[in-house]
Amino acid sequence: MLSLPVFIIASVIKIVLVIFVLLTAVAYTVWLERKVVGHIQNRWGPTRVGPFGLLQPLADGIKFLVKEDLTPPHVYKPLFIAAPMIAVICALTSIAVIPFGTALPVRGYSIPLQITDVNIGLLLILGVTSIGVYGVALAGWSSNSKYSLLGGLRASAQMVSYEICLGLSVVGVLIVSGSFSLREIVLSQGGHFWGFIPKWNIFYGGQFIAFFIYLMSAYAETNRIPFDLPEAETELVAGYHTEYSAMKFAMFFMAEYANMITVACVATLLFLGGWSGPVFGPPLLVAILPTFWFVAKILVFLFIYIWVRGTLPRFRYDQLMAFGWKFLFPLAIANLVVTALIVAYRASL
Amino acid sequence: MLHLVLFLVFGAICVAGAINLLAQSHPISSALSLVVVMASLAVEYLLLGAEFVAAVQVIVYAGAVMVLFVFVIMLLNAGAEERTKGSHVALALGVPGVLAGGLLVAWTLLKRSDTGTVALGSLHGDPKTIASFLFHEFLLPFEITSILVLIAIMGAVVLASRPDLKPPAGKES
Repeated sequence: MLSLPVFIIASVIKIVLVIFVLLTAVAYTVWLERKVVGHIQNRWGPTRVGPFGLLQPLADGIKFLVKEDLTPPHVYKPLFIAAPMIAVICALTSIAVIPFGTALPVRGYSIPLQITDVNIGLLLILGVTSIGVYGVALAGWSSNSKYSLLGGLRASAQMVSYEICLGLSVVGVLIVSGSFSLREIVLSQGGHFWGFIPKWNIFYGGQFIAFFIYLMSAYAETNRIPFDLPEAETELVAGYHTEYSAMKFAMFFMAEYANMITVACVATLLFLGGWSGPVFGPPLLVAILPTFWFVAKILVFLFIYIWVRGTLPRFRYDQLMAFGWKFLFPLAIANLVVTALIVAYRASL
Repeated sequence: MLHLVLFLVFGAICVAGAINLLAQSHPISSALSLVVVMASLAVEYLLLGAEFVAAVQVIVYAGAVMVLFVFVIMLLNAGAEERTKGSHVALALGVPGVLAGGLLVAWTLLKRSDTGTVALGSLHGDPKTIASFLFHEFLLPFEITSILVLIAIMGAVVLASRPDLKPPAGKES
């Protein structure tokens, strides 16, 4: 156990580092998306600003900072200003319980690579996601515009519906791993079976259906194509963030991409074994390699997100709600029942 | 000691949110005050040691039930309440009456010696304990509550369905 001053210093350093890395990752996820979607559509994407357009996020950041921050008349000012803040706060808070790797030995202390290891970590992520719906709903309402209101209503109804499927798909993992704490879920996926196949929850835990339900619910939660009707340009101008400009719009943007990254992290931890991967070499490499594998798996998920965005058309709203309630929800319950039966049978042997 | 201070602070925030709920004239402000009440209740549960109940309070109450309240207020475009003249008699009798009633209840509860007390953080509210209570001792109330919720859902579906939704004669819908 760490003494209090060491704990505080380590936590502050971890928080600063994680926020800095997360915000940079958000900026470069935007770059990755523009490049990949560009190549899917047989064009280059950003190439002018810096080599391969790598300084494009910097240019975008400067643009957002110096743009005029317009507040339309007749908006409900307190909520108009608070809604993007709620969205960003919830997007950045859920990173606090995500473990990035094994414990680092630093000067005789063993510092876990996680800001806090709450023993209900998974519920915390679900709770913070639920509160994030307020950012969207209040933004749509306080903008005093019909496009924003409709976009906000649609987005909040969609997010609440798919939260249920998200939670149910995760309960299967919970039953197999036996704990809500994210670190313990990852540790329960260590080891191999049949010699070389890792004991990830998607194979050995039998959660491949839950994996796909999770992925689809997460696309709906983060309002990404094919579920992005609430913010589609041809439908509702820009949905709930129509009336926002400059920094407030940048906050919604950041919240969306930070949510994508959080979803990718949680999918990696729950289904793909987190930081497990081949570990070899000198002690420094042994400490760093798990984090490297974790980041590699997150990049795979982000690439899949962007690939789906560039490829699929979007759902109509009634198709979207019917898909969530009439297909995913019964499938998630069936997965839960089958998983529970198998685990209970194995435990009774 | 710190736990007691936090408990009192969040208790005060809870009561302030509840009073604000009554005092605000715009329904959205009232709904958001109720969200503050739910969230501070979740913190109180956490301080008592019931972490699962705290998390579920945030997920279900603050994150789903209140979102639907806010949704309905936005959909119906309910504006601010109109202020009527108000009754001075009601104010003069009502506020001291509520305070007197609250003090009476508090005094009665504190005077009796057989109401138990719970030390902060002493409950074991981990999911395993709650699950074993829920599915062993409290199984019947659990199942009856789920049937109650099912009745409410069916009632909502019946009330919200359109009365002219009948398949035309001779055609398959």
